[in-house]
Amino acid sequence: MAINSQRVIYSSMSKVQDALFRTLADPTRRAIFERLCREGEQTVGVLTTHAGISQPAVSKHLVVLKQAGLVRDRHEGRQTHYSAQLGALAPLIDWTSQMTNFWQRRFDHLEDLLKRMDQ
Amino acid sequence: MTETLAVVVERDIPFPPEKIWRALTQPHLIEEWLMKNDFVPNVGHRFKLRGEWGGVLDCEVLVVEPNKSLVYTWNYEHQDAAYSLQSTVNFTLTPTRTGTLLRVEQEGFRPEQKQAYGGAKLGWKEFLGKLEQVLTKHSESAV
Repeated sequence: MAINSQRVIYSSMSKVQDALFRTLADPTRRAIFERLCREGEQTVGVLTTHAGISQPAVSKHLVVLKQAGLVRDRHEGRQTHYSAQLGALAPLIDWTSQMTNFWQRRFDHLEDLLKRMDQ
Repeated sequence: MTETLAVVVERDIPFPPEKIWRALTQPHLIEEWLMKNDFVPNVGHRFKLRGEWGGVLDCEVLVVEPNKSLVYTWNYEHQDAAYSLQSTVNFTLTPTRTGTLLRVEQEGFRPEQKQAYGGAKLGWKEFLGKLEQVLTKHSESAV
């Protein structure tokens, strides 16, 4: 049944969610990720000037973000450019409850409408 | 095989199926509870649902069984595949002693398309705001 398949997905998704939560729970790492979201592609050097930590420390955070699929790197000459992968956040949106809420609200409107309608 | 997600919402409504059917199939009534539309209750009819947030859903009527069952596609085209969506919405009306059991089942989302509805509606800024809340909630529940 549909409801069962939904539960199956939930349990497999939660592992993915846990990994994302662990990756983004670190405030410095999250700040780096948010900066990439806001500013677009950046080099390690530029990220370091804003992060308030050493370049090796920034690089370590970028490795973790990359492993989680949250950033992608692109090599150009000696520089490595990093960009955010917003699609990787998708599992964090509890889609099914959002859509359930959507239909619940619509059914509220529907009931209001039915009360106003004549036979 | 591609796994898909489904959402089911059911509600007991103290009105007969015939009346609910009108609200599900007459465009000016659909607009009042769902979205602006050019719906016609004919199998194969293609129509659009226009959301308040500016999104347009492409739909096609698949099943029309008056007062019993209405099925249509609920698709959202987006150049970014992660936001695109192909789903089916299935309304079922079952008479009860006090009125009607109305059930809607929406299915067809793939797991990687979880953001199709929410992501299209929310910009990434709101998204990051939400993320903060989610993280807070998560760390609380982990304690």
